Amino acid sequence: MSTTVKEVQVGDVGARAEMHADDGKMTLNVGPSHPTTHGVLRLLMELDGDRITRCEPVLGYLHRGDEKIAENMTYNQFVPYTDRLDYLAPLANNVAYAITVEKLAGVQLPERCEAIRVLICEMARISSHLLGMGVFGMDAGAWTPFMYTFTEREKLYTLFEELTGARFTTSYTRIGGVARDIPDGWLPKVEKFVDELPKALDEVEKLLTRNRIFLDRTEGIGTISKEDAIAFGITGPNLRASGVDLDLRKDKPYSGYEKYEFDVPIGTRGDCYDRYLVRIEEVRQSILIIKQVIATMPTGLWYAEDAKKIFAPQKEKIMTSMEELIQNFMIVTEGPQVPPGEVYFEAENPKGALGFYLVSKGGGVPYRLKIRAPSFCNLSILEKLAPGHMLSDITVILGSLDFVMGECDR
Amino acid sequence: MIDDDFVKSLLGGRDFLNLLHQEDCLTLSCDSSHLVSFCEHLRDNETFDLLVDLTAVDHGVDAENRFSVVVHIYSLVHKSYLRIHVDCPDNESPSIPSICGVFPAANWHERETFDMFGIVFDEHPNLKRILMWDEYPYHPLRKEFPLAGIEVPLPAADVSEVTGAAVDPAPMMGGPFVSSGSSRISESEPRAKDESWTEKTEKPV
Repeated sequence: MSTTVKEVQVGDVGARAEMHADDGKMTLNVGPSHPTTHGVLRLLMELDGDRITRCEPVLGYLHRGDEKIAENMTYNQFVPYTDRLDYLAPLANNVAYAITVEKLAGVQLPERCEAIRVLICEMARISSHLLGMGVFGMDAGAWTPFMYTFTEREKLYTLFEELTGARFTTSYTRIGGVARDIPDGWLPKVEKFVDELPKALDEVEKLLTRNRIFLDRTEGIGTISKEDAIAFGITGPNLRASGVDLDLRKDKPYSGYEKYEFDVPIGTRGDCYDRYLVRIEEVRQSILIIKQVIATMPTGLWYAEDAKKIFAPQKEKIMTSMEELIQNFMIVTEGPQVPPGEVYFEAENPKGALGFYLVSKGGGVPYRLKIRAPSFCNLSILEKLAPGHMLSDITVILGSLDFVMGECDR
Repeated sequence: MIDDDFVKSLLGGRDFLNLLHQEDCLTLSCDSSHLVSFCEHLRDNETFDLLVDLTAVDHGVDAENRFSVVVHIYSLVHKSYLRIHVDCPDNESPSIPSICGVFPAANWHERETFDMFGIVFDEHPNLKRILMWDEYPYHPLRKEFPLAGIEVPLPAADVSEVTGAAVDPAPMMGGPFVSSGSSRISESEPRAKDESWTEKTEKPV
């Protein structure tokens, strides 16, 4: 190309730009390390003045080859890697992965285990949405709500720490159960937290929901129509904000979600503001689910006892019984034994439908594990969504899509 | 409802389809030449309009049909998934028609499958790598590609120490943060100005 190009110095470290002398358009590069891109997303934009005429997301800066790694280790060894997909809701990822393998292995879980999983999934949803909303407010210029949501999220992380031993990378599920039972006195603490959370949510809503600046920056911005949302494979709160009634917890209930009563909030316009409203209502619905789970928490075992080739026996038994020792040895060295076949499972995660496509040829190692990351699919609409908007809208659009690059790039 | 009648009417008159199994969801195999028109039919007439996933499986270097592309489509009406297996006709240079025109969601999934398996999607509007960088020479999810990288006679000592395998580091030219800083940004990666080193010139001390 013979276009005359002049490099322009932009104040921001992560941004560089160049001017095209012939049509007056400017190419602006944002990222891969830039505060508005929430991680390592790189956007290559063509601007006409302040208006975006073309936007190309460039991915892969956080690609770690998780799918290749999965083919080289046993099923339980991959659980910690699922923490690092959507690292803002690791518990929900753990659960989605475990259910996929259990579906193929045909493991029936006891009620208590399923209830624990629903509980931690909803806590993960609250934690993820709290961060998502706080950061969204920050992207739109409102710093204070972030402080409120982060305070609440911190309380949740203390609860996670007590349950799993880790605040961030929880690795709580095992194939056929969870790593350990919930500790004594933990449920009342969760109940206390969900009792107090609505007050904090109200404060966030007071700061944001009718805030004139926030409304001006989000209403009518980044509108995704119903048809576009489906065509681009968008899932989760972003899809529901566009008015599509799809919630896998209702439509294809897993882990006993059908036992709990809750509403699925649906947006009407599909703009950035609707996506915010849907998230805040989802947090309130999650609170309701958590209260129901705690009220009806079944007693019993927290792992599938009869799945002898899937779930390792308890430590006391390993130390005293020969059969259990062998069983433990086989599961640790060979991995949980899963029959040949293929399975696809999607869970309604905070960011959207997290899917795992698992192909097994028998044995303890997956033959192929494809991770269908909701953030990856949700971002693909950006090429269509961004053009026509002002450059300053891009921060709001990215904030409202609430993606995580760890999951997008895998 | 996905029942026997539905399966029968879907398969009826379409000899390019085969029913594989119905264990977790309805699984069909489809001939690659009829894939696009069948997807159009699914979207327009059978309410399977949400493409949730598109990927591929490598059945091994010695397999008769080495690569098959697997598509998962969800129907909001049936509340059910549909899985389509499409075998790639050629093992050496696999290619199947792109379904981007039917499902825009397939765009990035097909790019990823091309990146990871080297399967070419004919008539894809923008078929280039998405997760690895443009100059990366391999397709890492193929079964012949080892986890630690391809072994070489003269491996890099520091890499071998960590990986325990006789490998070189992946070629990084054009890769993350290693492209030349002087070319146009629309064609290269952004980089900090003081890191003017490449694979050929040493990093300044």
